[in-house]
Amino acid sequence: MDFSIILNEYQFYLDGLWTTTWLVALSLLIGLVIALPAGVLRSHPNWLIKGPIWAYMYFFRGTPLLVQLFLIYYGVAQFDSLRESWLWYYFQEAWFCALLAFSLNTGAYTAEIVRGVISTMPKGELEAAKAYGMSRLQILRRITLPNSLRRALPAYSNEIIFMIHGSAIAGVVTIVDITGAARVVNARYYAPFEAYLAAGVLYMCLTFSVIYLFKLWEKSYQHQ
Amino acid sequence: MTVPTLSIKNLHKSFADNQVLKGIDLDAHKGDVISILGASGSGKSTLLRCVNLLETPTSGDILVNGELIEMKQDIKRGAIPASNKQVERIRSRLAMVFQSFNLWSHLSVLENVIEAPVHVLGVPKKEAIVKAEALLQRVGLYERKDYYPGQLSGGQQQRVAIARALAVEPEVMLFDEPTSALDPELVGEVLTVMRDLAEEGRTMLVVTHEMAFARDVSNKVLFLHQGLVEEQGKPEDIFTNPSSERFKQFISTVY
Repeated sequence: MDFSIILNEYQFYLDGLWTTTWLVALSLLIGLVIALPAGVLRSHPNWLIKGPIWAYMYFFRGTPLLVQLFLIYYGVAQFDSLRESWLWYYFQEAWFCALLAFSLNTGAYTAEIVRGVISTMPKGELEAAKAYGMSRLQILRRITLPNSLRRALPAYSNEIIFMIHGSAIAGVVTIVDITGAARVVNARYYAPFEAYLAAGVLYMCLTFSVIYLFKLWEKSYQHQ
Repeated sequence: MTVPTLSIKNLHKSFADNQVLKGIDLDAHKGDVISILGASGSGKSTLLRCVNLLETPTSGDILVNGELIEMKQDIKRGAIPASNKQVERIRSRLAMVFQSFNLWSHLSVLENVIEAPVHVLGVPKKEAIVKAEALLQRVGLYERKDYYPGQLSGGQQQRVAIARALAVEPEVMLFDEPTSALDPELVGEVLTVMRDLAEEGRTMLVVTHEMAFARDVSNKVLFLHQGLVEEQGKPEDIFTNPSSERFKQFISTVY
């Protein structure tokens, strides 16, 4: 057991930590942009609107993230028309495919969280908003969404943690994230225990930071 | 004759096959305090909820200050409002106080009171705050203005709800059993505020089980039975001299 190799190669791990952080953060952001309208419109009475959203959520919650990533990174290259279009410029990049797969995946899960908290909105508060003359859009913006936010926090912090851990598969498509860094170090020194233990510690640091921040955030709502 | 502030004409309401209201007429003039009594299932809450279209009437007319709420027929859903804009505008002129308060739990007391004036009526925020603070002063909760509804007792929440209603300067205040969800010792503080409002000439429609309030405060009482007005008149007349056998029974069981 020789942990000095970790200290010697710390630069790899720092780069990997940075890659994991921005990849996950950006995916979560894009996922949220997808999830808000998708979660709200999931309960729309019109099938032409809720149908496609249902299909999207069904597919991305129904299949493994790794399969989704392979479909986008390897599968899409099979189509000549795409390879000849301007889109290829992006789809040949591993980071772009990972970002796309992660965003669509977390978007689907988060949309389900959004749908859930909205459907358990206290009916009386919605009725009061109606009774005071708010329009449907105003009710959504002023009452439903802010009220639902605090109820969504526990489930959403879980989703973030799943995303951090799930992002470890980015290493499979050549990206040097935390897991990727561990792989490189292991390949160089053949010290798998030390290499992956270091990766595990970094994931734990990320996870506990998220848990801590959400704890503070939830606490700020406690009076309500 | 002046135009009634609120006029209900031949109002019917059915839920599927169940006829809840079978033709109700009611005029409320400025300053009227009308108590609506009846056993549970008599349709009194439904009547109140039809006035601001929380329930859509099956047929009949509702006029606010002489303005008819336009309805149209929908193949699937039957009668629906013709214009959501009109309904929203009229609702913003009628304030409702609910049995279970229904304060917005993510907003502080003060924010609850300024929400509708600022975001529905377009009152400048500073102005709305000044007024809201005066109203909270009035219902005795100024010191609690930064609290959240969950931190208040039922009686306090209902007084905030009344301040929220007053903040929109409504043409008519609709009270839907405002004391029914309160512990007995908290009923008094809410009734006191309502008594005050009646005395200053607010137009109020009150669905209630508080006989003393109906008898002493209102100038008109409506007794509903199975979706029809069974007895109506001035409280001093109908409480001492009820013409309907059912109303006689009703007051004897409630008293």
